[in-house]
Amino acid sequence: MSTTRIGYDLIIEEIPERSRVLDLGCGDGELLTELADAKRVNAYGVEISAEGVSRCLEKGLYVYQGDIDEGLADYRSGSFDYVILNQTLQDTKRPLYVITESLRIGRFAIVSFPNLGYAANRFQLMFRGVMPKNHLFSYNWYDTPNIHIMSIRNFSELCRENRYPIQTERHFSMRPHGSVHRRRVFPNLFAEYGFFILRGRDAATRPQETS
Amino acid sequence: MTTPEAHDSTSVGIVRTKHLHFAEPPNELVLTSGNKLGPITLAYETYGALNADKSNAILVLHALSGTAHAAGYFTHEDRYPGWWDTYIGPGKAFDTDKYFIISSNVIGGCNGSTGPASINPASGREYGIDFPLVTIQDMVNAQWHLVTHLGIDRLLAVAGGSMGGMQALQWTISYPDMVQAAIAIGTAASISAQGIAFNEVGRQAIYRDPHWNNGAYYGGPPPKNGLALARMIAHITYLSEDIMHEKFGRRLQNTEMLSFAFKEEFMVESYLHQQGIKFVNRFDANSYLYITKAIDYFDLKSSHGGSLIAAFENVRSDFLVISFSSDWLYPTPLAKEIVKALRANGAHVIFTEIETSKGHDAFLLENEMLERNIANFLRSEYSKRTNTNPDR
Repeated sequence: MSTTRIGYDLIIEEIPERSRVLDLGCGDGELLTELADAKRVNAYGVEISAEGVSRCLEKGLYVYQGDIDEGLADYRSGSFDYVILNQTLQDTKRPLYVITESLRIGRFAIVSFPNLGYAANRFQLMFRGVMPKNHLFSYNWYDTPNIHIMSIRNFSELCRENRYPIQTERHFSMRPHGSVHRRRVFPNLFAEYGFFILRGRDAATRPQETS
Repeated sequence: MTTPEAHDSTSVGIVRTKHLHFAEPPNELVLTSGNKLGPITLAYETYGALNADKSNAILVLHALSGTAHAAGYFTHEDRYPGWWDTYIGPGKAFDTDKYFIISSNVIGGCNGSTGPASINPASGREYGIDFPLVTIQDMVNAQWHLVTHLGIDRLLAVAGGSMGGMQALQWTISYPDMVQAAIAIGTAASISAQGIAFNEVGRQAIYRDPHWNNGAYYGGPPPKNGLALARMIAHITYLSEDIMHEKFGRRLQNTEMLSFAFKEEFMVESYLHQQGIKFVNRFDANSYLYITKAIDYFDLKSSHGGSLIAAFENVRSDFLVISFSSDWLYPTPLAKEIVKALRANGAHVIFTEIETSKGHDAFLLENEMLERNIANFLRSEYSKRTNTNPDR
């Protein structure tokens, strides 16, 4: 359940008013609620836990309990303006399937994840010789849900190999009080989180601002 | 069990079943089969108060063996409250301080509504199996008369579990403009072959009771053995293996050791016998036949050209669909099938599978998550109706 608002401000900034948004792995629905309040989006979510769905219900959101590794096939192509994968992709069993499906369902996909290439992670592996464990990867290696961790460069290469068109990259770190700090220089080393906006299969143009 | 005197402020208190009479010939209700039924009596109860703009009405729909008596007590001596009393009352999920709850019986039933035990105007005797087969759609069409009679143009919600959930789904299809939201719990767009099989075994138990006499037993002894057996079989399907193990295990009842005789020994045996005995005193065997048949016939896919997506094409309601992890009679994949078809039509759907060991019966039992989800869903649907924020 997200309590830290990682990347929220960037996502809210990026998404135009009244977009149709699908948040995959929406947790307690906090991001969707903020998006609905700030941008009056049509908010939908998929969440794996019954508790998360119940919290979303409390907020008046329409959320489907399901495993995104299994159930994205029944969403119609291009039925959302934005599909959000915020700090979710590293927990999926089939990240490629999830990205491909997101690009089919959404005109755009926002993918943000903890960056394995971030200096502190390299430091732990280099100098202590251990699997990174910190605020980005907060679990022990043996009980982590982060089963597909990657660096920003890994993800860039993946996009190139699979021809996922990148619209924008806005890698960032979080400031202690919770705001976003953009990292433009050597992001794979200095950004805590990767942030990509990919163009979906049906995305000819950026969605029109309507109000 | 608490008595009404001892009952706290979360009970709707003493209630009374009311009856609506309609479909007087020549204006009979035309059934799915093409047959006509009339006159019709429909039993119902209401709890809470209808507000001035009639925007807070919720229709609650019962399952196979349910009645119009969903909440409260009939008398001060009454030991048991209505079947969904856990969820209906002041401050409960269906909050009677906020909402006007209508609980409707079904046609074909035996608890105050027209069914096989009613007098057939053509013969002056009980219908028996001359009663026409009714479908879920027919039940809903009869309820439409009730809702209209109460002066309600648009229900805030329709809600039910099991066969009640089928009625809720049917309402959104038959009367899309009259239903803002639907709560479908432990239900399906059609039951499985396994479900039909269990229903058929129950019906066979009734047919094979010599007292059944082709349905013409009114005035004589009813087919109690057959009906009790049908109920026992069905009861097995309402529980999960886990909950049976938890409740009874292999424990013995009223005895320390096995008797090596064909006696009632295991606790689970005596439980099932009790369920059977309790049931025959309140339910008509012919109604059991008719209602199980209606459940078997319910198939939104086949009634819409083989496509569930087509079935929900015109729905305009928002949906809360809930399944239970241990329900093997109406398992989660059947709920997901509904959700997928609704989503393909762009409907607003919430789906959740509640983790429980209690099996299909879970919707009748206390469940904090179910209570919370219903309450929150109704709250946001109600505020959506009264506020002007259509976005969420």
